[in-house]
Amino acid sequence: MSEPLPLIELLLPLAVVVPIVAATLPLALGLRYDDVGWSVAAVTSVGLVGIAGAVAAEVYTAGRFAHELGGYQPPVGIELVADELSAAVLVLIAVVAAATLAFSRVAGPRGNAFYSGYLLLTGGLSGVVLTGDLFNLFVFLEIVGLTTYALIAADRSGASAYASLKYLMLGTVGASLYLVGVGYVFLATGSLNMLDLQTQIVEQASYTDPLIQAGFAFIVAGFALKIALFPVHTWQPDAYQRAPDSVTVFVAALVSTAGAYALIRVTYTVFTVDFLLANDAITTVLLVVTGVSILAGSVLAAMQSDLKRMFAYSSVAQFGMIAAAVALANEWALLGGIVHLLGHGLLKFGLFLAAGLLALGYGARRVEDLASLARRAPYTAGSLAVLGLALVGIPPSIGFLGKWYIAFGAVQESGAGGGAVGIGIAAVIFISTLFTLAYVARLIEQLYFAGVGLDDGHGEGVADTDEHGGNVVADGGQAADHDADDPISPKSGAPTTLGVPDRVPTGAFVVLLLATATAVALGFAGATFADLFDPFLSEVFA
Amino acid sequence: MTASSVLSAAPVIGASGVLDVLATRHAYVVFALLLCIGLYMMIANPNLIKKLIGLNLFQTAIFLLFVVSAYVEGGAIPIIPAGTEQGAAYASPLPHVIVLTAIVVGVSLTAVGLALCIRIYDEYGTLRADTLRDLMREEGSLPAEVGQEPDAAGVARSDGGETNE
Repeated sequence: MSEPLPLIELLLPLAVVVPIVAATLPLALGLRYDDVGWSVAAVTSVGLVGIAGAVAAEVYTAGRFAHELGGYQPPVGIELVADELSAAVLVLIAVVAAATLAFSRVAGPRGNAFYSGYLLLTGGLSGVVLTGDLFNLFVFLEIVGLTTYALIAADRSGASAYASLKYLMLGTVGASLYLVGVGYVFLATGSLNMLDLQTQIVEQASYTDPLIQAGFAFIVAGFALKIALFPVHTWQPDAYQRAPDSVTVFVAALVSTAGAYALIRVTYTVFTVDFLLANDAITTVLLVVTGVSILAGSVLAAMQSDLKRMFAYSSVAQFGMIAAAVALANEWALLGGIVHLLGHGLLKFGLFLAAGLLALGYGARRVEDLASLARRAPYTAGSLAVLGLALVGIPPSIGFLGKWYIAFGAVQESGAGGGAVGIGIAAVIFISTLFTLAYVARLIEQLYFAGVGLDDGHGEGVADTDEHGGNVVADGGQAADHDADDPISPKSGAPTTLGVPDRVPTGAFVVLLLATATAVALGFAGATFADLFDPFLSEVFA
Repeated sequence: MTASSVLSAAPVIGASGVLDVLATRHAYVVFALLLCIGLYMMIANPNLIKKLIGLNLFQTAIFLLFVVSAYVEGGAIPIIPAGTEQGAAYASPLPHVIVLTAIVVGVSLTAVGLALCIRIYDEYGTLRADTLRDLMREEGSLPAEVGQEPDAAGVARSDGGETNE
């Protein structure tokens, strides 16, 4: 490890402190100026993208580096660490946070308080990703949790307040269980620094010490609540559905992602692969739970008729896969887990953004609302379809890469003596893919083929519409003159995009197209991902 | 806080040996009990405020775990003036700091939770979870059964996709 410049090192605390300090500005400046929140948030999040880019450039050229907060040496002091894994997730957080602003500018919620919450959440997420201390991780998890509860309730409806309170209860129990686990590990070793614990667990205790085992179990149970694995996922669909659209975009892409990142970090940096290998029972239980989670999430998603709810249940399945990748303790599976973690964040950002844009421009919130919408919003509908197919795992897309690596790792693991569980996970991923195809195909069918017999419906071609008494509902047709048989029309006064027929705001539209292109382009980056994460993986599986 | 009042009753009073072990375990038994009572309250009690109280109890149990773990028999308060000789016994300050931070987190959580409760009460006029679910089902903002959402009452547009003439 080369000695990094102190300036580079300072980027780590800045990535956490800048958004959190900036979070005070919208409220403070809001006393004098109206609507200053968006500008503050935009400047800060663009700055964060720069910081994250610089951190990533340093990590991928010179290797991991750390910053000791306040000059106290770890293991006593708290350190912030950037390595190959945390840098990648930090970049995802910074980019998604900045991109969300393009949508929240038009979709709301408006007001400076929202942007304060948004910045606090961004800072908390950076903290979760960068911290090298178990208890500090708890604090950042709770900062993330608290601001997420507040943002979800920003809708001002009773239903969103109830969804938020439900999330608050379960999320807090999750964080508290994590804290119990940390307490047990602390009792066994007397340390809280992640790297130090790696050695202390062996020296002060052992991998089969009941206190260490119980600690791990509590920590994993806590994270299971935070990332919404099957039996304890119930907060997630309500929270995602009831939250304002721009909050859903942000929260669905990043909050559970940060939780899953923390699960990978704690499992592999603190407890290490040897712990998993020494505790077959724990990994088997974990694999069974994640397998059930993958199946149940996919089935429940296929049963939904509300778009946001469907994608929320789909997250349960995808995070099941990521957690399964963690429990498999296989190098390929873990690579797949990391790629799927990043890919899922990007895909869910795009999917919720597309759903939000269709709701904003056309009022389409349910699957049947989408009928023939591809005709009125060809680009937005096309993005939704492409992102959906990427979620299914059609190559080339990042969704395919992640699932493929996880399934490959699972098969390899069972070949290496892991037994039936590995094959089971691979089979479950395959079945889940079929279910994902089922609900994505339903969306595509609605978008492109439903609505036969409607005035502007699909069927005999565009010229056909003239035969219906000239009742042509052109793009931008008034909502006033559509009766029950009309296909869904753009809302009157919906913002427009230059040069395309979609009635969606330009900035968010461009972001959506970029996200779609990135999701496809990253499908070609399998070897790059393997190279990027190789230092982390080879250290973990040393 | 509750943690400190429980602490004064619970931890190690016994001098040594078996009594010491028993007394130490006693504190951990209280921890487990509080944890379970809190969790049970959150699950079983229909009142949202009482659920929040259960949540607080649950967190307080964890504070107790940390505080108990910091106890050193015969240890003094860890305030060490300059020039003090080495080797004297002090209680470990680190878990106390952790608990302090956790209390702050817990207070903010309670505040957010109570604020949400106020809004729910304003909107629906009840804080009972079961009544609330019925009310929300009536207004259509909660699915009737898992996965099967009825048509929301407030949806103005009748669906265009199904009607085929």
